[in-house]
Amino acid sequence: MSQEPESKPPGEPAAKRDELPSGREGHTPDFSPAEVQRRLRHPVSFFRRTREHLIEGGVFLCGVASILAISLIFIFLFREGLQALRMVDTPLDFVYSMGVQLEYDAGIDDVVAVGEAPQLAWQPVSEEPKLSMIPLMWGSLGVALLASLLSTLAGIGVGIFLSELASPRLRGVVKPMLELLVGIPTVVIGFVMLAIVAQPLRQVAEAIGLSGVYGSTYNMFVGAVGVSIVIIPVIGSLVDDALRAVPDDLRAASLGVGATRWQTTWRVVLPTGVSGVFGAVILGFGRALGETMIVLMCAGNAAQITGNPFDSVRTMTAAIASEMGAAQVGGVHAQTLFLVGAILITITFLLNLTMELVVNRFRRKIRL
Amino acid sequence: MSVLPKQAVKAPSPPPARPAPPGHYLEVKNLSVHYGETQALFEVSFGTEKNTVLALIGPSGCGKSTLIKAVNRILELTPGARIDGDVLIEDESIFGQKVDLISLRQRVGMVFQRPNPFPKSIYDNVAYGLRIHGVKDRSTVDDVVEWALKHSALWDEVKDRLRTSALELSGGQQQRLCIARALAVQPDVLLMDEPCSALDPIATGKIEELIMSLKQDYTILVVTHNMQQAARVSDHTALMWLGKLIEHNRTEEVFTNPKEKITEDYITGRSG
Amino acid sequence: MTDEARQSIETARRKVTGKTKAPLWAVLFESLVRGITGAVILVLFFLMGTILVRGGGQITPEFLLQAPRDGMTAGGIFPAIMGTFFVVLFMIVMALPLGVFGAVYMVEYSKGGIMSRIIRAAVNNLAGVPSIVFGLFGLGFFVLFVGRNLDHHIYGVPRTAEEVQAVQAEMAPLQAEAREEAINLADERGITDPAELDAFVEAYVEEQTPPVPRTVFGQGAMFWAAATLAILVLPFIIVATEEALRAVPPSTREAAYGLGATRWQVISTVVLPQAKPGILTGAILAVARGAGELAPILFVGVTFFTPGLPLTEPVNFGLFSVPVVNPFEEFMHLNYHIYTMATQHHDPIGTRGIQFGTTLVLVALTFVMNLMAIVLRRRYSKKS
Ligand SMILES: Nc1ncnc2c1ncn2[C@@H]1O[C@H](COP(=O)(O)OP(=O)(O)OP(=O)(O)O)[C@@H](O)[C@H]1O
Ligand SMILES: [Mg+2]
Repeated sequence: MSQEPESKPPGEPAAKRDELPSGREGHTPDFSPAEVQRRLRHPVSFFRRTREHLIEGGVFLCGVASILAISLIFIFLFREGLQALRMVDTPLDFVYSMGVQLEYDAGIDDVVAVGEAPQLAWQPVSEEPKLSMIPLMWGSLGVALLASLLSTLAGIGVGIFLSELASPRLRGVVKPMLELLVGIPTVVIGFVMLAIVAQPLRQVAEAIGLSGVYGSTYNMFVGAVGVSIVIIPVIGSLVDDALRAVPDDLRAASLGVGATRWQTTWRVVLPTGVSGVFGAVILGFGRALGETMIVLMCAGNAAQITGNPFDSVRTMTAAIASEMGAAQVGGVHAQTLFLVGAILITITFLLNLTMELVVNRFRRKIRL
Repeated sequence: MSVLPKQAVKAPSPPPARPAPPGHYLEVKNLSVHYGETQALFEVSFGTEKNTVLALIGPSGCGKSTLIKAVNRILELTPGARIDGDVLIEDESIFGQKVDLISLRQRVGMVFQRPNPFPKSIYDNVAYGLRIHGVKDRSTVDDVVEWALKHSALWDEVKDRLRTSALELSGGQQQRLCIARALAVQPDVLLMDEPCSALDPIATGKIEELIMSLKQDYTILVVTHNMQQAARVSDHTALMWLGKLIEHNRTEEVFTNPKEKITEDYITGRSG
Repeated sequence: MTDEARQSIETARRKVTGKTKAPLWAVLFESLVRGITGAVILVLFFLMGTILVRGGGQITPEFLLQAPRDGMTAGGIFPAIMGTFFVVLFMIVMALPLGVFGAVYMVEYSKGGIMSRIIRAAVNNLAGVPSIVFGLFGLGFFVLFVGRNLDHHIYGVPRTAEEVQAVQAEMAPLQAEAREEAINLADERGITDPAELDAFVEAYVEEQTPPVPRTVFGQGAMFWAAATLAILVLPFIIVATEEALRAVPPSTREAAYGLGATRWQVISTVVLPQAKPGILTGAILAVARGAGELAPILFVGVTFFTPGLPLTEPVNFGLFSVPVVNPFEEFMHLNYHIYTMATQHHDPIGTRGIQFGTTLVLVALTFVMNLMAIVLRRRYSKKS
C-alpha cells in the first residue's frame, strides 16, 4: 500500500483540536494525528513477522505433541501386548491351560490326580505359568455388571430428580454435591469401604440369613457397592444433561393437554431422552470396568470364577495393579499384563464408540 | 532498509507529480461473495472518491454488511466465505500478493453493526489499536485516546471513568466507543455498518455530525437503514437489492430522481 | 424448564381441569426419586463425616510436619504431603501449556481442519481409558523405554541381558584381582576375624574397581509419575480450554482483527484473557483429578517410605545455596500411603488412625480444589 503521511495537512488537526473542550490538564499541545498516523504506518517489521511465524510453529507443536502423547498410549500398549502373544505357543494359552485334574478319593480321604484337563486358571507366577484371562474377565464383568445394576436405576432417579423435580435452587445445591462426590479420590472410597463398611455389611448379611453364601468379607458385592458410589453421580449428571436437552416445548405441550407432571416425564421426556440416558448407562459401565483402586481394596483380589456375588474376585484392573510391580521386566507375566491392558483399552474404546453413536442419534432426534 | 545504490540516495529527486489516478480512490470491481453454496453478492462494482461519504442502503439481508466486510478483508475470517473480484484503494488491489493484511486493516477501519467493545477498560479499548501497532508511550496514547473520544462525541460522558469496564456503557455509548477505537488508529477509509442502529435520536444526531466532520479526513462508507440519515450525511448513495447493486449516484439524484423502479419503491417505502 | 414456566403451566391446567390430585403411583414414583437422590447425598455426608470424625483427632502439627517413624506406626505424613504436592505441581507445569496451546491450535489456527479433528478424536478416545492403563504406559514407556535408554546413552547402563553379561564379564577379572590383593593386604595387617575380613575385602574391592553404572532415569521417579499424570489430565485441559475459547464471541475477535492485530495479538490480548477463567477452572479440576489418582502412578515411582522429600545436593543460586526437590527419585504419596497402610502394613487395624488422618488430608485437598472450581465456574457463567 502506498503511504501518505501528508494525507492530513499538519495545521488542520491542531486547529480542530482547539475547538474541542480540553477536559484534562497536562496534555501535550503539539499532538497531531498526522504524526501518530506516520508512526502507525510502518510496514510490518521482519521481527514481528518472524515472531508471528515462530509462535504459530510453537502452538502447532503443542497440538502435535498432544496428539502424540495421546496416541502413543494406544500404540505402545498394543506393541507390548502383542509381545505377549509372541511369547506363548498359542493365543489359546490366554484362554485355558492344561493342568492336573484332581479328584477326591474317599478311600484314602485325599485328592488324587486322575489325568489332565483344560483349566481356566490365572496363576502367572507358578512354575508352569497359567495365563488364562477368563477369571480376570469374569471378575471385571461381574463387578461392572453388578455395579451397573445397582447404579443404573439410582443414577436415572437422580437425573430425573435434577432435571424434572428440583427447583433451580435445590438443583444448584445438589449438582455441585454430586460433583464433589465424583471428585473424591477412589482410594478414599476404597479405604472407607474396606475399613468401615465391609464388616457391618457382612454382619447384616449374616443377620438376614445369608451366612451360608457370604463367602469373604471382601467380595464382588462390596467392590460393586464401592464402584456404585463413583458411578451413580456420573450417571445422574449425564441423565440430567440428557433430559434437560429435551426441549421445553414438548413438556409444555404435554402439560398443556392436561397430562400430569409424571405422565409428562414418563411418556414424553424419558422416551425422547432415552438414547441420552442409554449413553449415560454405557459410560457408567465403562467407568466400572476401568475402576481400579476400589476393586483392588474391596473385592478380595482372588482370581477365581464364581457365580456367587459374595465371593472374592480379581478384576483385570486389579490384576495389573497388584502384579505389575513385582513382575519381571520383559517376562511373559509382565507382557501378559500389558496384553490385559490392551484388551481393556479395546473394550472401553468400543464402549465409547457405541455411546457416541447412541448420543449422536439422540442429538438428531431432539433437533427434529 | 534501503537497497538502493548510494547515489540514488544522494540525489533525491523531488517526488514525481502523481498523475491524476485513472480510477476512483476506492473502487470495487465485480465483487462476488459466496457463503459456502449460497451467493450473497453478485458482481458488485462501484467507486467512491476521497473525502466523501457513500451511503449503502437496501433491505435487510441484501449484502451490505458482506460488502463492507470485504473491503478490509475481515470477511476472510468467516469460515466458508469466498471472495471473487477485486477491491482497489488508490489503484492498488487489496488482495494483491504484497498487501499486508495488518497495514490494510489499520488503513481501512471498521465499525461493526453490533457494538463489540473488548471486555477491558474504556481507555484500554481505545488504546488497543495503538498498542498493537507499537505506539506505547503514555503521553501519545493519552492524547490519542482523548482525541478519539472527543471525535466520537463520547469524551464528556466518560472522561471521569476511563478506567471502568467498557461493558458498563450503554449500547449507544459502546457504539461510539467502537468508533473512537477505530479512529484511534488513524485510518484513511472508515467503514461503518449501521453505526446508529442502537442509538437514541440525540446520539444519532451526534454521530451524523461526526460523520460529516470526519469527511474532511476520511473516506467513509456507511451502511444505514434510515433514508433521512442517508440523505443528510452522504454525498453518494448506493442501493443494494438481493446481493446486487441497483443504483449508485449522487445522493440528491437518488432521492429526487431515481433511475430505477426498485429504488423509487424502496425510498418511498413501497417495498423492503 | 424454568420453575416459573412450569408453575404457570400447571396453575393454568388446574384452572382448566379443576383437579389437582396425582395418582398414587405417581406420588410413589416421585418419592422414590427424591429418596434416591437424598440417599446419594447422604452417602456423601456419611463419607465426609466419617473421615472428619475419625481423621480429625489425628491432625496435629507433628502429623503434618514429620516423617513416619517406628515402623510407620507413629510420626507424621509430611513426605507424603510434599510428594503429592510436587508431583501434581510438575504434572500441571507439563500438561497446562501443552493442553492450552493444543486447544488454541485447534480453535484459532486449524479451525475445524484436519489437525483439530485428529486432536478431538484422540481426546475423545482417551477420556474413557481406565486409569490403570496409564500406569502401564508410564512404566513401559517413560521408565523402561525413555528412562533406560537415557541411562544407556548417558551413563552406559546396560539395557538387555546380553549387555549386563558383557559388563559383568568385563568387571569379573578386575574384581578377582582386587579380591586377591585385599586378602593379601588383610594378611599383612593381621585381620583374621572372618566377618571383619569379609567386610574389609568387600570395601576394598568396591574401592579398587570402577563403579558399576548406576541407573538414574530408568527407575520409578517423581518426574515420570508427573509425566504420566500429565497425559491423564491432558484431555481435560484441552476440552476445558476449547470450551472457554469457543465461548469468546467471534465479534470480539473481528474487532481486534479489524484494527490490524496479528493473529497472535488477537489470541494473546483478547481471546486468552477472556478465556482465562474457563481455563483456570479446567486447570484446577485437572489438579484435583491428578491429586486423586493412584492407579496411574502405582509402578512409576511411589514408594512406601522415604524419610523426607527426595532432595538434590544444594544448588547454588548465587547468594545462597539450597537443596531442591529431586524429581528423579522415588517419593511418598498420600494416596499410596492410604492404600499401603490399609492393605500392606503389618498392623492395619492398629494404624487406622494414621490412615484416617491421611485420608482427611487428601480429601480436604481435593475438596478445596473442587469447590474452588465449582465456585469459579458459577461466577464465570453468571457473568457471561
Ligand atoms: N456467516 C454467514 N454464513 C452464511 N450466510 C451468511 C453469513 N453472513 C451473511 N450471510 C447471508 O448473506 C446475505 C447477506 O447478509 P448481510 O449480513 O451482508 O446482509 P445485510 O445487508 O447486512 O443485512 P442487515 O441489514 O440485516 O444487516 C444474507 O442472505 C445472509 O443470510
Ligand atoms: Mg448488516
